[in-house]
Amino acid sequence: MTTVRTAQGRIDPAGPGPADQQGPGHRRGKRHSENLPGYLFLSPWLIGLLAITAVPMLLSLYLSFTDYDVLTPLSEANWVGWDNYRQMFTEDPTYWHAVQVTLTFALVAVPLKLAAALGVALLLNRAMRGIGVFRGLFYLPSLLGGSVALAIVWVSMFNRDGAFNSFLGLFGIEGAPWVNDPRWALETLMLLAIWQFGAPMVIFLAGLKQVPTELYEAASVDGAGRWRQFRNVTLPMLSPVIFFNLVLETINGFQGFTSAFVLSNGTGGPVDSTLMYTLNLYIKGFVELDMGYASAMAWVFLLAIGLITVVLFRTGRFWVHYSDAEEH
Amino acid sequence: MRGRLRLLALILILLVVLYPLIWMVGTSFKSPEEIASNIGLLPETFTPGNFSSGWQKFDVNFGRFFLNSAMVSGLTVLGNTISCLLAAYAFGRLRFRMRKFWFSIMIATLLLPGHVLIIPQYILFRNLGWVGGDWPYLPLLVPQFLATEAFFVFLMVQFMRGIPRELDEAAKIDGASPYSIFQHVILPLSRPALVTTAIFSFIWTWNDFFRQLVFLSELEDYTAPVALTLFIDSTSESSVGPMFAMSLLSLVPVFLFFVAFQRMLVEGINTSGLKG
Repeated sequence: MTTVRTAQGRIDPAGPGPADQQGPGHRRGKRHSENLPGYLFLSPWLIGLLAITAVPMLLSLYLSFTDYDVLTPLSEANWVGWDNYRQMFTEDPTYWHAVQVTLTFALVAVPLKLAAALGVALLLNRAMRGIGVFRGLFYLPSLLGGSVALAIVWVSMFNRDGAFNSFLGLFGIEGAPWVNDPRWALETLMLLAIWQFGAPMVIFLAGLKQVPTELYEAASVDGAGRWRQFRNVTLPMLSPVIFFNLVLETINGFQGFTSAFVLSNGTGGPVDSTLMYTLNLYIKGFVELDMGYASAMAWVFLLAIGLITVVLFRTGRFWVHYSDAEEH
Repeated sequence: MRGRLRLLALILILLVVLYPLIWMVGTSFKSPEEIASNIGLLPETFTPGNFSSGWQKFDVNFGRFFLNSAMVSGLTVLGNTISCLLAAYAFGRLRFRMRKFWFSIMIATLLLPGHVLIIPQYILFRNLGWVGGDWPYLPLLVPQFLATEAFFVFLMVQFMRGIPRELDEAAKIDGASPYSIFQHVILPLSRPALVTTAIFSFIWTWNDFFRQLVFLSELEDYTAPVALTLFIDSTSESSVGPMFAMSLLSLVPVFLFFVAFQRMLVEGINTSGLKG
């Protein structure tokens, strides 16, 4: 039942493997007899880790302290100390604006997306017939939604004369030019993210299937109504899955790029209202070619995401309930 | 009564969810005049002309962009399945020094945001002369042959945990080496995980935009998503139909995968919370 374990949000940091699945002391003498084949099979991954991930990351850490601009050779990059970081934190209002846009996006879109996913999952869980068809169709936007094509459709839909305003027109409401209005542009992107609630919904559905029916029976014998059952049985039993989805969606939420790029044609407009962190990073690095500065931005982003993940895991201890009381 | 209400609610939500997709299909068959005037879902007269004018809209036609996309996605599938399977076999079934250490590093890279890695990788590939080099797809493809998609490594390790140990133990007693166990036991039994990896890596690469935008600079090298953004520059009324037509076409492969492998895709996200 590995699937269930992961769906419940457990990533075993110690790692799976032969040693875990055998009794203690089993073949202890030959424990590392597979060193050669082990490293042979691992070698593509190891090379990738070093050459594609670790070394470039360290290089960019170094470059974040230089004025490297891509066009001049690496060796001619000038050491500027903490200048990039100082500039970012104290002299670049656009940077802080992008941070604010990204936080707003994640704080609004992620909870709403999860709420939609849970709501529809609860509706689906009780429905008997046709559940597979519904599940599949609700999931479809998650497959298509991240594409440029769908972002294009979405933006057209929320144009001044797009489908959404035509719909409002039926009720005599005159809509705003949503995507060109700095007050509404980010909201249309949030809506696009929420529209893709299918992926977390499928995970919620799998989690709901794991809640033992006896618990509901016991609760209703005790006179608990539907709401009490939801509060006291469903939510706690589902909390590991909620946590798993929350971590995943939050990390994703901070990385929205495609839709913001399409809406603003790569500028972050109107009036920087859709300037997500990653879009700002792209503009600084690949349009303005300020790679030293962009490296610094990338590292701060990395640390921020790491910090947020740690905070999520810390707070998770207070509300995530593991039924088998296993220390986690 | 309650069941009916529930069904009604589900159907209503489904209509809202599917509306943008149906609207996209309808609009891509509307003439420019109809796009401005007809707010209905379906066109009054079907205008397939959007497809041909979209196809030839730019100096390089869309056939080339789709071919480029198919090549990048196809080779990515090949690279991911092979390299991630090898790594997963090592992590999941072999005993070697520092296995746990490397495994925890792999888990850590799961959480590394791809948008952060692209800056250092760009600097590296640029200095290797691969960006805008003879074959501009190297920066997109080489990482995929080195198992850098930790998600798939993780997915396959999880899958291999489920393959009974007795099978390799029996083979081992018969004198089989780790290599032949891999070839004759693990490889055939891992087919479901390989298929899931192949499908998801195809769809993700086909939809991917950021990496392709960063690494491809010549029009003739563009993939479909990068080419689609060219439509955004030309915002004239007449280009909306062709833009929708090409957008629709670019989603067809993903949609076909969805139809063919729907159950598997849904099971796939259950396996490790993969995103669509």
